[in-house]
Amino acid sequence: MLRDLRDKLVVVRERLIVGLIWLCGVSSIVFVFGIFYFVFREGAPFLFSRFDAGEFFGSPEWYPTSEVNKRYGALALILGTASVTVLAMVISVPFSLGSAVLISEFCTGKLKETLKVTIEFLAAVPSVVWGFIGLVVFNPLIRNYTPASDGLCVLNGGIVVAFMSLPIIVSIAEDALKAVPDSYREAAIALGATRWQMVYRVLFPAAKNGLLAAVLLGVGRAVGETMAVLMATGHSVRMPIDGKFPFFHILEGCRTLTATIASELGEAARLEPDPTGAYPEEANHYQVLFVLGLLLLLITFTINLTADLIVKGVRKQDET
Amino acid sequence: MIGKGSSLVLSAVVSVALVGASGCDSGGTTTDSGGSARTVIQNTGSDTMVNLAQSWAEEYREVKPDVSIEVSGGGSGVGIRDLMTGIVDIANASRTLKPDEEAQAKRKTGKDPIEFTVAYDGIGIYVHKDNPLEEITLAQLAEIYRENGSITKWSQLGADADSFCSGDDIVVFSRQSNSGTYVYFREAVLGKGDFRLGTKDLHGSKDVVDAVAHTPCGIGYSGMGYKTDEVKFLKVSTGEGQPSILPTTENVLSKKYPIARPLYMYTLGEPTGAAKEYIDWVFSEAGQKVVVEEGYVPIPSKSS
Repeated sequence: MLRDLRDKLVVVRERLIVGLIWLCGVSSIVFVFGIFYFVFREGAPFLFSRFDAGEFFGSPEWYPTSEVNKRYGALALILGTASVTVLAMVISVPFSLGSAVLISEFCTGKLKETLKVTIEFLAAVPSVVWGFIGLVVFNPLIRNYTPASDGLCVLNGGIVVAFMSLPIIVSIAEDALKAVPDSYREAAIALGATRWQMVYRVLFPAAKNGLLAAVLLGVGRAVGETMAVLMATGHSVRMPIDGKFPFFHILEGCRTLTATIASELGEAARLEPDPTGAYPEEANHYQVLFVLGLLLLLITFTINLTADLIVKGVRKQDET
Repeated sequence: MIGKGSSLVLSAVVSVALVGASGCDSGGTTTDSGGSARTVIQNTGSDTMVNLAQSWAEEYREVKPDVSIEVSGGGSGVGIRDLMTGIVDIANASRTLKPDEEAQAKRKTGKDPIEFTVAYDGIGIYVHKDNPLEEITLAQLAEIYRENGSITKWSQLGADADSFCSGDDIVVFSRQSNSGTYVYFREAVLGKGDFRLGTKDLHGSKDVVDAVAHTPCGIGYSGMGYKTDEVKFLKVSTGEGQPSILPTTENVLSKKYPIARPLYMYTLGEPTGAAKEYIDWVFSEAGQKVVVEEGYVPIPSKSS
């Protein structure tokens, strides 16, 4: 009798624990959808009333607090994010792939461990510290050694973000290289390839999906970076890419989507609709910032999903 | 230049921390730590006033050791928003409340915001110390800052650009849009029109002065208290042929200097208790002495 009860208790406890673990597992899915839902909900009144895709994606005129003519053109902000990201990748991809190759193929023992720890430490530097480095280190360097009139510019932001995405790219790229079976290396060496030929003729093609995923995750990091770009880019609503020579103005200031949200959400009041359900014009500022957030979410979500699918593709190939 | 990051972070931290603190009535929050009761007054808002507010708070600690004033910046807009939601006791603002903000505050808290003019400030027009230009008219200033304005080169102002700025292009520094200085400048100089695209929008009064100090081609506007030896003021005149005026205490008080404004503190409802005592002290001789020391303009003695 007592034993029966105890057995039942054990079963119940087991189920409870399994249920709890299941809950923990699915909670992240719930959170992701929850985030999408709440960001969408805050931005929705703007999306369905004032939003004009032609203006939003086609005009650089970002005047959400204007007294006379409020305008919500986000093109300059989108291009700001794009140009800082592209520049960061141009700087960081060669360095990161180089470090990944060095760590996984060319060095062993103490040097390898030291390099890995140091690069991981780079990932631990808080973003506001990177922003500070942009302000006090790169700012005077750019001002003194380039024709730029002021060192807070796309180049500065690009360099800072390059440093920040480097550790992610290095560690994932290194994993991808490590996943290439040793038999490939042995075959290449046996056929008389030098080590460098082995790296770029055999390892790079074999690990290309993993390397691509590494770069994409680095891009995701760069797109989402806020504090450092806020401090390093001069926070200036300006088209970094336009028809005027030299077309890509890396020595001019720019402003990114993330920096705009961070800097303006503080003042934008969340206003309630009047009894008829219409929002006052002042409420648009808060809402449009959430539309920017939604856009950012979509961008990073797509990038991460693509990277995931690519990595999945690699696994499938390995199994066959 | 640290201020750019830290003021943002600070205001974020403070707003998060304060959400949890209940009972922030206008009399301040009394916390009982280790037997001795301490009254905490939360004071947030204008970046222009943050140094001033900090000095007041420090000075007041000597007067009333059991009252602690916690000051943070973030911009006038941030202070006013936090006042409306009742998480600060006193908001600092370098602009007046907009009618819709007043209505929001009334609706959310049932109390009217009360305004106190605690000091005056002149907005200095800063340029690099090597800039040979001495004076500027309000109209020229508007053309530099206005959307699609016609002045983009120093030579258009009659300055010999070769001597100090190789590119001749004016690098225009401005403030982020939640700054009271930004709103005031837009109203006073641009007649509520919009700023040009491509200004570098910095996050603090001091940052603007620092940036101008490092940028020979630069021009910026900021509170006159932030003047350093690296930069100089342009004299401002209301028009061609009118006298050009330097931003000094006398010129601001006599209203000769055209871009000057009052600085405010706001409370929700008539202040009571510790907050009232603090504001009274700010108006006292000792409080106004701090205003002078910080480079702002004191209010003419209250009895007059």
